[in-house]
Amino acid sequence: MRPFAHFSPKSLDEALDTFRREGEGGRPIAGGTDLVVQLKEGGHKFPYPRYLVSLRRLPELKVLEWREGEGLRLGAGLTMSEVVESALVRERYPALVDGAGIVGSLQTMNMATIGGNACNAAPSADTAPPLLALEARARVVGPEGERVLPVEQFWLGPGRTVLRPGELLVEFLLPPPAPRSAAVYRRHTPRKQMDIAVVGVAVAVELDGDGRTLKRARIALGAVAPTPIRARRAEAALEGQAPTPEAIARAAALAREEATPISDVRGSAAFRRHLVEVVTERLLHEAIERARRG
Amino acid sequence: MPKRLINLTVNGEAYEVAVEPWWSLLYTVREELGLTGSKEGCGTGDCGACSMLVDGRLVTSCIMLAVEADGCQVTTIEGLATDGNLHPVQQAFVEKGAVQCGYCIPGMVMAAYDLLRRNPNPTLEEVRLGLAGNLCRCTGYAKIYEAVLAAAERMRGD
Ligand SMILES: Cc1cc2nc3c(=O)[nH]c(=O)nc-3n(C[C@H](O)[C@H](O)[C@H](O)COP(=O)(O)OP(=O)(O)OC[C@H]3O[C@@H](n4cnc5c(N)ncnc54)[C@H](O)[C@@H]3O)c2cc1C
Ligand code: FES
Ligand code: FES
Repeated sequence: MRPFAHFSPKSLDEALDTFRREGEGGRPIAGGTDLVVQLKEGGHKFPYPRYLVSLRRLPELKVLEWREGEGLRLGAGLTMSEVVESALVRERYPALVDGAGIVGSLQTMNMATIGGNACNAAPSADTAPPLLALEARARVVGPEGERVLPVEQFWLGPGRTVLRPGELLVEFLLPPPAPRSAAVYRRHTPRKQMDIAVVGVAVAVELDGDGRTLKRARIALGAVAPTPIRARRAEAALEGQAPTPEAIARAAALAREEATPISDVRGSAAFRRHLVEVVTERLLHEAIERARRG
Repeated sequence: MPKRLINLTVNGEAYEVAVEPWWSLLYTVREELGLTGSKEGCGTGDCGACSMLVDGRLVTSCIMLAVEADGCQVTTIEGLATDGNLHPVQQAFVEKGAVQCGYCIPGMVMAAYDLLRRNPNPTLEEVRLGLAGNLCRCTGYAKIYEAVLAAAERMRGD
């Protein structure tokens, strides 16, 4: 690795001050599992940083707090292991555990943060589809103050987010799960662990009071577009409908059309589109079944 | 710029080390502290040969900056044996002949040690998942899994 300076602030304010004081060429480092590898490769994806600002010791990024009626605050600096081990997350947002629990190996999960996964902005990021399907919002703080935006607006392209220089992702805000709702995430990979999604699909559904119609459906796709995406036409085709196998099959076919994948070593575009349909269909059945059981 | 002074407690011993910000924890432990048991296979977090515990968490130390571990408790493969006696996991690797060239073994042993602390009675599948971040280029997985299961049994005392 080529030289860079490194700062270890102890609070969010101190971190923001460090970027302000040191000026251009700075980059945050959280778990480092993407960044250090990219720096070792020479930093081709972005200009090689002049200095790093460590987020490891910022208590503001380690928040994990449930408030009745408001939902969950999930600090961007929580590691995948911390997310997976949280009883709160396991009980109320199992789809997030589905995603966080398969990021690399145990070693990776002990280092990788959920915020770093979003900020690195890989289309295949495993926590992105669950966050999208759960309609999480991202709280971002920077030199010009703070803003809160739906995660759907967070990604601009591969490796690109809305974050401006000196801005930090502080936490995700997740709405409380509705009664008779359920969410699932699954990725297709040849290996169970230590692999990158060929496609990833997250589905969140909510049934109405008598369980006969779908009040809400959210379908999010990873690794099939320049950013993680919502399959909105598929969602719209389900909402207000009875969750019949035919309706589910129609929605899955629409999700396939909404995917715009590329061909690469992990799979051809055609294979990816096929997988989107198959996985979406299976997950819709699974989520609806779970929502019925309550 | 001068090097940065960091504090590490490695295998119970306190060190103050002067490091460059771009040095990995693995490089620092091997080259500055002389603890060369941990190996570098890939340098990119993929093979697990550099596995160590940092504040009780198993990490791939090749992609952790030493400055990021400032103030942490580190356990390396050198820290497992006590009073010259191998740890039961190490002993089981010897007895089961789980070692071929040996390069992956420090990382395998650390991952197995960590797994058995969290799950003293793993199934074969759980052992496989627990070691999924560790590659053996000699591909001696079957005996490695046998050794871990044998160590688990011995450590449980049944
Ligand atoms: C062996 C291995 C296996 C992997 N497997 C998977 C996998 O299966 N699935 C998957 O999705 N990913 C995988 N990854 C990628 C990586 O582990 C994840 O993307 C991880 O979540 C990144 O988090 P981090 O904390 O390590 O981020 P870092 O590497 O520290 O940072 C990543 C980027 O985000 C920026 N950043 C980080 N946090 C913030 C913040 N709070 N605010 C602003 N900017 C920030 C950094 O500047 C950097 O550009 C793997 C990586 C490795 C090494
Ligand atoms: S050397 Fe660290 S994971 Fe391979
Ligand atoms: S024994 Fe040779 S790499 Fe595992």
